[in-house]
Amino acid sequence: MSQPKPRLERIWPLLPGLAALLVTTLLLLAMGTSPIDAYSAMWQGAFGTSARVYSVLAFLVPLLLAASGLLLTFKAGLWNIGIEGQIIMGAVAASWVALRVQLPAGLQIPLELLAAMAGGALWAALAGILKTRGGVHEIFGGLALNNLAILFTNYLIAGPWQPPEGGSFRGTQPFGAHALLPLFENSRLSLLSLALAVVAFAGVALVLTNSHWGLRLKALGQNARSAFLLGVSSNREMLLAMAVCGALAGLGGGVRVLSWFDSLRQSISGGIGYLALMVVLLAGFRLVLTPLVAFFFSAVLNGSITLQLRTQLHSALGDILTGVLVLLVLLFGNYERVRRAFRRRRSQADG
Amino acid sequence: MQVHLNTIHKQFGSLVANDEISIQFEPGRIYGLLGENGAGKSTLMKILSGYQQPDRGEIALNGVVQHFATPRQALAAGVGMLYQEPLDVPVFTVLENFLLGRADDGQRPQQSAKALAQLAGRYGFQVDPHEHTRELSMGERQQLELLRLLAGGAEVLILDEPTTGISAEQKDLLFASMRTLAREEGKTLILVSHKLDEVQELCDYAYVLRKGRLVGGKQLPCPNQELVDLMFDELAPRPARQTAPGDVLLDLQHVSARTPRLELEPVSLHVQAGQVLGLAGLEGSGQELLLRACAGLLPLSGGSLRLAGEPQPDWDYPRARQHGVAYLAAGRLEEGLIAGLTLTEHMALVSNAHGLLVDWLQNRQLAAQHISTYQVVGQPESYIENLSGGNQQRFLFAMLPQNLKLILMEHPTRGLDIRSTDWIWEQLDRRRADGTAIIFLSADLDEIAARSDQIAVFSGGRLLRSVPAAETTADELGHLIGGAL
Repeated sequence: MSQPKPRLERIWPLLPGLAALLVTTLLLLAMGTSPIDAYSAMWQGAFGTSARVYSVLAFLVPLLLAASGLLLTFKAGLWNIGIEGQIIMGAVAASWVALRVQLPAGLQIPLELLAAMAGGALWAALAGILKTRGGVHEIFGGLALNNLAILFTNYLIAGPWQPPEGGSFRGTQPFGAHALLPLFENSRLSLLSLALAVVAFAGVALVLTNSHWGLRLKALGQNARSAFLLGVSSNREMLLAMAVCGALAGLGGGVRVLSWFDSLRQSISGGIGYLALMVVLLAGFRLVLTPLVAFFFSAVLNGSITLQLRTQLHSALGDILTGVLVLLVLLFGNYERVRRAFRRRRSQADG
Repeated sequence: MQVHLNTIHKQFGSLVANDEISIQFEPGRIYGLLGENGAGKSTLMKILSGYQQPDRGEIALNGVVQHFATPRQALAAGVGMLYQEPLDVPVFTVLENFLLGRADDGQRPQQSAKALAQLAGRYGFQVDPHEHTRELSMGERQQLELLRLLAGGAEVLILDEPTTGISAEQKDLLFASMRTLAREEGKTLILVSHKLDEVQELCDYAYVLRKGRLVGGKQLPCPNQELVDLMFDELAPRPARQTAPGDVLLDLQHVSARTPRLELEPVSLHVQAGQVLGLAGLEGSGQELLLRACAGLLPLSGGSLRLAGEPQPDWDYPRARQHGVAYLAAGRLEEGLIAGLTLTEHMALVSNAHGLLVDWLQNRQLAAQHISTYQVVGQPESYIENLSGGNQQRFLFAMLPQNLKLILMEHPTRGLDIRSTDWIWEQLDRRRADGTAIIFLSADLDEIAARSDQIAVFSGGRLLRSVPAAETTADELGHLIGGAL
């Protein structure tokens, strides 16, 4: 077999993207829709007006916060699937402060955000303790805690926090205006939250590239046994990584109730945690790519809402596009791996 | 079935595990395959049983050349291997394990159970088809695996160190069944072992491997000495060395420890500052357990440990590190170094800097400095897994803190060339001269005899004896670890 050309290797990362676009296009054609119309509707939906751009950014905030946290846990070799629950518990904790605590203007919102971080951190630490003390894999512990968090939200909405006019299963009563994040130009975007997300991502980037803690997490993720023998206290670092990730995710949950919505809702996260997992996987755990991919996801998902209004296609098309993309990248994104698998197949066929 | 291995060659990186080995096994006979650890026995048998593929060479069964890509193909052709750790599924019942991996022949469970009982009865094995495999002893699991291989059509049976971890009665039963298989059923049996007594007792003929080569064969029984001479290189005369041992540094009183496979019976030993203690024994004889217990990696199940006179009731690895004890495991990239990290990153990881941020420039300089001091072939930016074994070991030494009290090592020079080996011991000697005590285990008897002040010999989880290195001889060591005394 001849050596593949290096040029192929260079453009390789683009191929899964093109393939995903092709699959989605074929799907659109099969449904009798013009792909050009559909994609332009998506583009319009995401960037057509300034209000839509703000919406894309507002959706990006919790996604980027969660993805930043996941960069830490993935670096430590942890699969923090429980991130969805951590977002939810952050939302719950922020809601508690918003509903039950009255503070002067300058303290109300900081306390809500701190509570959100504490809520997420606690839920993440629980998954971490289940792993380090109980030997429960973080994937299973996380999934269980996700469900518990959803049940807990439903209980709060239907029970103690139900609106005075009677229990609805949709949400609590709206928080007072003083408890909500100030919004930018009538959009759902809070500039403060966007700034926090950017700072959080920058902080994570700094930790991962230049801090002793980041190096310890990397060592742990690459080889926990060797890291332990070289003096890394694995349990402590794992718990810490989980807690920090949870705090960022929780902050994202807080932002959801305090700006995107104005109350605690039934599906307060709506899968942003799982989406963040996809973002980080698609970015291949690379720092620079993570915010770009998160932005792309946010744009596609917001754009597909307009798509539904314009073309009568279900907005799930955005989910399909992103889902197919992640799948293709995971399968074929790694050039070396594809080449090795191809060779192995060849040699087996020859043998 | 006649087995013919023809110029089998297998290399792992720079290590030649099998060097053009040609060997023949005849039906109806029991063969012993002897050699010290790392001689290439297991690799050769894994190749024969389809678990690994040779780089070169061929396998012929009854004159027909075979290619095995998997153990399953090998078994289909009639070659079955019983591994040290039987390949059963603990949560399955005996019957389920027995049927595992076999084509469904449409038999009802009762019929299969009957077939299993019948087969077991032929060799005097007692099996309950419905018992869970995790409840079985090692010996019973072996019996089950043996039956599974036989039912799968094995004509050639390879047994890898089968007597490790089984009782004396189970051993007798196993040997009796092996004799039946060879003498009455005409099967070809190969016993991989480094226990001379067992091989003498059971086998008709012994092949000896040393350092990847077939060095000879002997009709059995023969004097043990002839086998020992084949297995081991001649021991070099021990270089004279003045030792001025200091105070007792590590004092073990009736220390015992256990893993699921092996129990270390109580050991009392001490090491003085500046002294080198070599632990000799066949792999799995208990010396590894002792070393790991000293490092705090394995809890003591009994006895007490004192370091520099201080009792250490809650000994564990972080505490050992604090007290100036270093531990270097045999698997450098598994336990010690971190693949995916550069040399500079390793330096930064072990540097005790308390600052938040890493000073990459300084760590890079430190790495470069160690690279030149310890003569490592590599760059600060090199990933550690891209270094050769010898250079990895040098770098591990470079990362050791200064002023250690005790260094514990498994196979300090395994797989290294002579230059690296000498260099490693030069470094250790320098540390020793500064009062650091050293405990190491090695499969290389030369190394133990040449480098130790005191030698402790282990067999079957027991400390057989502890002798000053000056008072022992090559023969004695070889015999002792072969269990011949």
